[in-house]
Amino acid sequence: MGVKEANVDRINVIAAAELVKGVSEEEEMKVQKYLRGEAADLGALQDKKLKGQLAVREELYGKSAQAAAKAEKWLMPSEGGYLEVEGIEKTWRIRQEAIAGEVDILSSRKQFDIVLPELGPYTLDLSLSGRYMVAAGRKGHLALVDMKNMDLIKEFQVRETVRDVVFLHNQKLFAAAQKKYVYMYSDNGTELHCLKDLIDVCKNVELIKNGDFQNPEEHGAAARLQFLNKHFLLTSINKLGQLHFQDITTGEMVGNFRTGLGRSDAMEVNPFNNVTAVGHSGGTVSMWKPTSAAPLVKMLCHQGPVTALAFHSNGHLMATAGMERKIKLWDLRKFEVLQTLPGHAKTMNFSQKGLLATATGSYVQILGDFSGSQEYTRYMGHSMAKGYQIRKLLFRPYEDVLAIGHSMGWSSILIPGSGEPNFDTWVANPFETRKQRNEKEVRSLLDKLPPETIMLDPTKIGSVRPTRKKEQPTKQEREAEKEAAVEGAKSTSIKKKTKGRSKSSKVAKKKQEAVAKAKKPFLEQQAKDAEMSQKKRKRNEVENQLPKSLQRFARKVPTT
Amino acid sequence: MKVKVISRSTDEFTRERSQDLQRVFRNFDPNLRTQEKAVEYVRALSAAKLDKIFARPFIGAMDGHIDAVSCMAKNPNHLKGVFSGSMDGDIRLWDLATRRTVCQFPGHQGAVRGLTVSTDGRVLVSCGTDSTVRLWNVPIPSLMASDDSSDNEAKPLAVYVWKNAFWAVDHQWDGDLFATAGAQVDIWNHNRSQPVNSFEWGKDTTISVRFNQGEPNILATSASDRSITIYDLRLSSPARKIIMRTKTNSIAWNPMEPMNFTAANEDCNCYSYDARKLDEARCVHKDHVSAVMDIDYSPTGREFVTGSYDRTVRIFQYNGGHSREIYHTKRMQRVFCVKFSCDASYVISGSDDTNLRLWKAKASEQLGVLLPRERKKHEYLEAVKNRYKHLPEVKRIVRHRHLPKAIYKAASLRRIMTEAERKRDERRRAHSAPGSMPKEALRKRRIIKEVEGGKGRGVWVGEMGKASALSARTEGEASGCCSGFNTSKREGKGCDCGLAGGGQGERLRQRWGWRD
Repeated sequence: MGVKEANVDRINVIAAAELVKGVSEEEEMKVQKYLRGEAADLGALQDKKLKGQLAVREELYGKSAQAAAKAEKWLMPSEGGYLEVEGIEKTWRIRQEAIAGEVDILSSRKQFDIVLPELGPYTLDLSLSGRYMVAAGRKGHLALVDMKNMDLIKEFQVRETVRDVVFLHNQKLFAAAQKKYVYMYSDNGTELHCLKDLIDVCKNVELIKNGDFQNPEEHGAAARLQFLNKHFLLTSINKLGQLHFQDITTGEMVGNFRTGLGRSDAMEVNPFNNVTAVGHSGGTVSMWKPTSAAPLVKMLCHQGPVTALAFHSNGHLMATAGMERKIKLWDLRKFEVLQTLPGHAKTMNFSQKGLLATATGSYVQILGDFSGSQEYTRYMGHSMAKGYQIRKLLFRPYEDVLAIGHSMGWSSILIPGSGEPNFDTWVANPFETRKQRNEKEVRSLLDKLPPETIMLDPTKIGSVRPTRKKEQPTKQEREAEKEAAVEGAKSTSIKKKTKGRSKSSKVAKKKQEAVAKAKKPFLEQQAKDAEMSQKKRKRNEVENQLPKSLQRFARKVPTT
Repeated sequence: MKVKVISRSTDEFTRERSQDLQRVFRNFDPNLRTQEKAVEYVRALSAAKLDKIFARPFIGAMDGHIDAVSCMAKNPNHLKGVFSGSMDGDIRLWDLATRRTVCQFPGHQGAVRGLTVSTDGRVLVSCGTDSTVRLWNVPIPSLMASDDSSDNEAKPLAVYVWKNAFWAVDHQWDGDLFATAGAQVDIWNHNRSQPVNSFEWGKDTTISVRFNQGEPNILATSASDRSITIYDLRLSSPARKIIMRTKTNSIAWNPMEPMNFTAANEDCNCYSYDARKLDEARCVHKDHVSAVMDIDYSPTGREFVTGSYDRTVRIFQYNGGHSREIYHTKRMQRVFCVKFSCDASYVISGSDDTNLRLWKAKASEQLGVLLPRERKKHEYLEAVKNRYKHLPEVKRIVRHRHLPKAIYKAASLRRIMTEAERKRDERRRAHSAPGSMPKEALRKRRIIKEVEGGKGRGVWVGEMGKASALSARTEGEASGCCSGFNTSKREGKGCDCGLAGGGQGERLRQRWGWRD
């Protein structure tokens, strides 16, 4: 009996130990996340003072990572959503109606369809906190909606084509790409700016009439808009494939570039480094920064036109969709395909937790990476009423909601596990008050980044470029140099002199001397090198004779 | 099937009443804040710029003397009180807060050359070229605050007349002895009209004297024969001296590392020495373009202030080769004396133009009481500035100082001269037999020789010093008798057992690592 009890106890202890081990491993993972990369290699450092300073700093980093991991464990107010199935149920067979029956009333209200058949198809944009949405109908309907309280803040019609719409740094401002120009509106529908530059009207009147003239200093008829909220740059691509970057705080056109790769219908910003990626009709995806006229990266992704692009929030994963019925996932660190999936996609979007939504026609498919090895498999699906053409998919940040803009209005469905459950008040706050918003606007303007900070690897900022070693000339180069010097010495013409000084023997001697003189520095260098290498060899020999532990003393001259 | 979706009720995430603070939630996930480094860099850059904008170090001038200010003393027991003596024999007590004279001490016939205050802050000692040492009662601070009439005059407690003119005076940190410098070094007691002890080593005039804060019986002097001498009051003869190429005008001991001192030299540099190892300086602090006249350490021991004949005041790190800060105004003339205030946040300079000037030790520091949020903000900006200080843009802004034309030109001239000298030496070395002209560091080059103990009493051993001092420190701590060199100046209380005799000698030997 006693033995048995002891056994049970031991088993319990082992189980507890394993539990503790599992927990500590999990915590280790979290700490790794907050450490932001590897520690400096202190062993290789010669400078003791620097080593000490760096060691102190590394310790500090470790402590803060641990504190952050602890805060994540204990202080986070919300938990993420999930969808778990039992038995032979499959997650992709679960319909939205079934989910609606299981969740609380507040969440079930987030499933809705707004039917607006006249002015569609609709495109959408969400504010950073996910609370506000702006919807734009192709035929000129603009609507600003508070998604939390479900109330319409403002709607108005501009009575011309609207191709895209985007929020600027907060919900008080948004920009719409209309028939000819990009316009900026405030949240009460006032037109604040029409982004066209002063064109020399007299000169270009004819061209403008014909519609041939395109001033490089204006966005023109933009097809897609994006906003870089840390740099306050409004990015647009127009139907001619011109890319524009305009600073909205000063109005300065920071960059305008001809992509020269054909029409493009897809433009996305990588949230990790704020590089703008454009998908072209030739199947290439090019990535741009506002300070260079050549693309940072040009990659051929598809055989046909690129129809949609999406970036994972960690910046390492890009999804592209082509006309040739392929969806590809790319590793942006190696620029390699990770996975190729079959299917069309008119629009794609990554959620904060890494789910990928794709849509074609009236069908939405959600893919997820559940194995942990970046293998995206199907997670959920949703088909809208027949005949709806989906134009835009957007996951709401900090919510388990997918917003869909389509030809008959806009809809919203629940995708459990898609959003980040915990927001940071200082990053994006869905419950922001007016005062906090004003404060944040000022702060973000003070921290506005210059356009030069956009680069492929933003972690490089603040690091030191390693000094390049001075390159030694190769043996062949030295030989060639020597040959040239000898040739030069030979070909110098000798002055004709009288009194037997230009006798052929004298001339020959002089020439010989000149050649020897030209050769001399090279020979000297050679001898020096040979001596050095011999010395080195000798030292190595001495070192190799000694046991390994004593080798480090071999170089030192013994003191008397 | 189990489903859960994120659902936030507004009540949980907003404040209950309008009087409450707004609720704040944090999520430190790096994916939520992209481009962190760029943001930090921009903040560091703007912090550096803001620092430049707010750099207004000059607080005010204290006008009142009618001749050049020659010496100053700070009251260790009263933060606001500073004494200054001038070349016409006038001594004044200033209230730094109001920048007014609180009290005057008339009596000296010639220039006042030295001022010092006893550690308890009660007695002021002054000496001058009229060969007198005068002891004064320091008025009580409460009276000082209420009474703001400047014609408040004090009578000396005692006047001791001696044989020679005095150049400097310093009070022992723990005890009632004080030392004067003149033709020789005299040790005085408060109550006796004649020195209790006198030291002499060579015939030249001693021009400055400074007691060690940690070890109250040790003092360092400099003399016009270009020497720096270290004395121990418990020995009858001087302990050790070095002779440099140029004269040392003033000396200051580091209050936090009592074995180290810094000498303000005539050759525009300051030299930090380890008193146990005088054969080379630990650090050479370059930047002044004319003789350095006075030096004083911050109570933190991390930096010191120097005043120079080139009409500037500079602040150096204790281990930095170049100055952190330079202060100058159009009207400030040759600076003869400088002091760091006892809270390490102000610097006082006295100059030829009869004024005392009050400066902030950190030029862009915000004065007054800081709210916790403000303080945190300052700390954060300081941290990001420190992190990105090596980047060219930040470095350029942080380093830049506007210099008066004369100083700028003199500095560039000096640079050219040193560079020329270096080149000449290099060429000489290249053309002489290898090894015949060894390279010598500046830390050693300016020292001519090191002379060991006076009459063969004690021999200082540099190499041994460090190790045995370390071991003695641990031993001292263990015994609880001498708290040793690692303590700060006042708390350490020095080594009271010092006068006890045999046992103490042993301990001394261990501590300072000296050998019979």
